[in-house]
Amino acid sequence: MQSTSPNFTQNAKDALQDDPLQAALAKLTDGFPIQRLEAAARLPEFEDLRDEARDIKTHVLENLDLYLEAYEKKVVESGGHVHWCQTAEDARETILKICQNANAKTVTKSKSMISEEIAVNDFLEENGIEPVETDLGEYIIQLRDEPPSHIIAPAIHLSKEQVADTFRDAHTDLEKDRPLDEPRALLEEARAKLRTKFLSADVGLTGANMLIAETGTNVLVTNEGNADLTNNLPRVHIVIASIEKIVPTLEDATTILRVLARSATGQDISVYTTFCTGPRQLNDLDGPEEYHVVLLDNGRTDMIGSEFHEMLRCIRCGACLNHCPVYKSVGGHAYGWVYSGPMGAVLIPNLIGMEEAQHLPHASTLCGKCESVCPMRIPLPKMLRRWRERQFKAELGSTRARWALKSWVWLVKRPRIYRLAMNMSVAILGQIGFRGRFKSLPFAKGWTSKRDLAAPTGDTFLSQYHNGARGDQSGELIRRGGRK
Amino acid sequence: MSGRDAILGKIKSNLDRPNDLESKQAIQNRLQAHQKNLIPQRGELNQDQRIALFCQEASRVNASIVELMHFDEIPAAVSEYLRTHQLPAKVKIAPHKDIASLDWDVNTSLMIEEGRGAGDDGVSVSMAFGGVAETGTLVMTSGPETPTSLNFLPLDHIVVVRAHEIAGNYEAIWERIRDVQTKRGCEGTVPRTVNWITGPSRTADIEQTLLLGAHGPQRLHILVISEATT
Repeated sequence: MQSTSPNFTQNAKDALQDDPLQAALAKLTDGFPIQRLEAAARLPEFEDLRDEARDIKTHVLENLDLYLEAYEKKVVESGGHVHWCQTAEDARETILKICQNANAKTVTKSKSMISEEIAVNDFLEENGIEPVETDLGEYIIQLRDEPPSHIIAPAIHLSKEQVADTFRDAHTDLEKDRPLDEPRALLEEARAKLRTKFLSADVGLTGANMLIAETGTNVLVTNEGNADLTNNLPRVHIVIASIEKIVPTLEDATTILRVLARSATGQDISVYTTFCTGPRQLNDLDGPEEYHVVLLDNGRTDMIGSEFHEMLRCIRCGACLNHCPVYKSVGGHAYGWVYSGPMGAVLIPNLIGMEEAQHLPHASTLCGKCESVCPMRIPLPKMLRRWRERQFKAELGSTRARWALKSWVWLVKRPRIYRLAMNMSVAILGQIGFRGRFKSLPFAKGWTSKRDLAAPTGDTFLSQYHNGARGDQSGELIRRGGRK
Repeated sequence: MSGRDAILGKIKSNLDRPNDLESKQAIQNRLQAHQKNLIPQRGELNQDQRIALFCQEASRVNASIVELMHFDEIPAAVSEYLRTHQLPAKVKIAPHKDIASLDWDVNTSLMIEEGRGAGDDGVSVSMAFGGVAETGTLVMTSGPETPTSLNFLPLDHIVVVRAHEIAGNYEAIWERIRDVQTKRGCEGTVPRTVNWITGPSRTADIEQTLLLGAHGPQRLHILVISEATT
């Protein structure tokens, strides 16, 4: 997929003016985060489970090559095939070849971020094979030719009226003035349309929430059941997964599943958690006759052992998006590529390059909420800072910003001058602020064009401290001396 | 160099692990031991508590549950369900010995068909491998008697589960699956498909409005059988 990440600033401005998008994002705030809290409250062991989940993935990453070998062996033993693909192009070609060997005309797909990453839909279409997204949200955005705007709720940016218009444009065989005002009507229509696709597809392409080394199994988590109709009905099941999806055992997968849905939607567990291993077995009445796993690298091996190594623990729950003040203001499309939110801002520069995605690590207030809700305890703010440092070293970013940073560094390394400068500016700004506020300030237009900036009203922390000010136990400031 | 060698080689060189042979052995041991991790307290209950929690959690996610004493009460319970929801008297049942052998003609005029699921199935009856109390989850395994398609194609899914096969936690089910596979002479393998099913199908993809019956069943009806036959 071609990224629009270089246009992040403009994308974000547009998003802020987009009323339906803002209405949709406002709903997000009341939904997932509250449900997550309630689910966590129902499970006293939630925090301990997060620790265990983190440790499992940390252990896997330290031995990833060995686990991949063990996993491959089990897939082969169960009658499946493993295809190792270094690049998106390798993966697209591999999938196409499997489809062509199966004489496939239609491929049903259940939601997979990796498949977005390698843009396999366009490629299959170019080669005369029809890919059909079956997750309701993915189906809607496929009809609209848009990327997902959220990992687990890809069409979250759309209103039901927009969905209705999309269906009217796409389903031209149906009556023009049929009622489509209610979400239920939209769902019924999509269900009927997709049911025929499920039954006629030659190949089912799914992602994988995890790959289990012990048994050569892939895990699929959905609420709709679309991944199940996708993997069970067609003659060929292809799994596309990136190499870091490995976990050791069924028990380890189980531990991670206990934190996945709770972090994502606030469900205790998703409706359907499915474990697929190889093709159908002797005397089975259904299931695919062929089972293929396309293992994708696409930049991940470069992250191993790097300062972004820990990002590979990510299980794509979306909690960091749901809690991010920046994501909640601009939505997923502003980030300009497949992923978004804090995890996207860390991952995207790794996958498409730091220069192309240079704005994204700055699309964060570093408030730390993402790390506090991440089930795998990924230090996202730390890694966003790493990208900012790398950019500074690579001399990316505006000259003015670089000059300001350099001056700041010069100043903070000289505490006496720093204090003097601070005392002076606090005193001056305190005097010239009108009713304790600034309506505009040079060098701070980015702030003051939208809102007032509070003027400093007292001394700096250090001078108050030196003058004997201390906090009491409640944190209330007790002033001894110094001016009020 | 093949993609495989390139990927594995790059991981190895970036990891800089001291002793490969030792790590390899440690990992084989870990895979074979498949030790349990932390199991939440609510998954550790006695049988009565397990069944109570299973029913409570399954209802929380919109499943309906009926407790029956014996298997031979199933046909009547299924007819009752069809009447309640005003459904056609036609059911696709799993070719499972404990379900297919029931006297489906008694008291009912049901049309019974046996086999895997089809696109136009209305109601199916299938047999669970077990249940998990901690989240009200049904565990279904694929096999000659238990086709997976029956779990997903019909609009109404009726599942039979034995009370004593409702476990407290998922781990207990994995242990049982391993035992069953070993007894079948397939040690170290799992059935092609294992489904954990927790409530009927749903979506919230349109304006975050929760709707049941997205692609899978719109209703999930669970028959818990107390009779302790095998």
